[in-house]
Amino acid sequence: MAAAEGQTSSKASGERAWHDVVLQTLKRNEIRLVPYVPDRVLTTLIRNIHADPYFTTFPTAREEEAVGIVSGAWMAGMKGCVLMQTSGFATLANVLASLAIPYQIPLIMFVSERGTLGEFNYGQSLVCRTMRPVLDSLAMEHHTCTRLEEFEFIVDRSIKQAITTQAPVALILSPLLTGGKVFDK
Amino acid sequence: MSSEQNIPARNTKVMNRFDLTSKLVAKLKHEEAVIGGIGNTNFDLWAAGHRPQNFYMLGSMGLTFPIALGVALAQPKRRVFALDGDGSLLMQLGCLSTIATLKPENLTMIVMDNGIYQITGGQPTPAAAVSDLVAIAVGCGLTDSAWAADEDDFERLIEQSLSASGPTLIAARIDDKPGVGATRRDPVQIRERFMIGLGARQAL
Repeated sequence: MAAAEGQTSSKASGERAWHDVVLQTLKRNEIRLVPYVPDRVLTTLIRNIHADPYFTTFPTAREEEAVGIVSGAWMAGMKGCVLMQTSGFATLANVLASLAIPYQIPLIMFVSERGTLGEFNYGQSLVCRTMRPVLDSLAMEHHTCTRLEEFEFIVDRSIKQAITTQAPVALILSPLLTGGKVFDK
Repeated sequence: MSSEQNIPARNTKVMNRFDLTSKLVAKLKHEEAVIGGIGNTNFDLWAAGHRPQNFYMLGSMGLTFPIALGVALAQPKRRVFALDGDGSLLMQLGCLSTIATLKPENLTMIVMDNGIYQITGGQPTPAAAVSDLVAIAVGCGLTDSAWAADEDDFERLIEQSLSASGPTLIAARIDDKPGVGATRRDPVQIRERFMIGLGARQAL
């Protein structure tokens, strides 16, 4: 993991890490509320969001719960997003179909992708295969983010599109972007 | 809440959801937000008289309290009530810990407990015979949680929650009657009117 993180967070001077792009783009779009269910790949992002007083951020027991919280907050005038991993997304089909989509709520989700490009847990690779079919079956906007140079464009435009069209979006953070989680013991 | 005033569970009267919901709505004078959970809970909220600050949850069973928490965090000066059934709460018990950690003082949670999934045919919940939802809430860290002994006590607990220094949970044992009304199932209008009612946006 350390080696993988090193690949993406120790960039040459001047180049931002992917998690810096997320944090700064959230701020620029006034996304203040960030409930999450943790993931190893998201560790640095979560730590930095906690350290920044701009954000209200906290763990939830379940991804559905975080979806409810940001939905309520958005209806009351506060923008938010949810951080999770692939297996957490797999718990969301019912609340996407009964809350976020029919009520036209701009639910913004960052999904750290496990289950591919070096997965070591068979269950993770299986549940990963359900993610895009679920998104596609609900005709939801989603992007798989693989390259740092286009990442800010995707994040910023996707947030703006979600809010202006009042439609959910899933931004899938590929191991090609983040380094992913690799077998280390 | 001081514990000596609040009556233990076994002494609670079996009340009626529509009656209690009507008593709550009659007390609302300051554009308080009310989140009505799936099924009978929001049917009775609808029947008690539509208000622009009411949100009716048509699916997403279990998310009533999380939605209410989001509203409470976004508008800390507005009182937020969340109405949910016992079966719904059982789907998302983890949210009680989240709420206990964040401690929003403007959030009052109300659990209507009949021990059954009334709307699906009255089957008992797994908790019905063995679990005490107030004890669960207290165990999650929501120390201001109490059973309402009767209708007067329910109203007293509502009043008490308005000046509480943290989130409050009130549980009421209710009968097995279905909801009185039927919410119009129009999610976009429900959401839009709620947002206008909360001042989060202007009508077109």
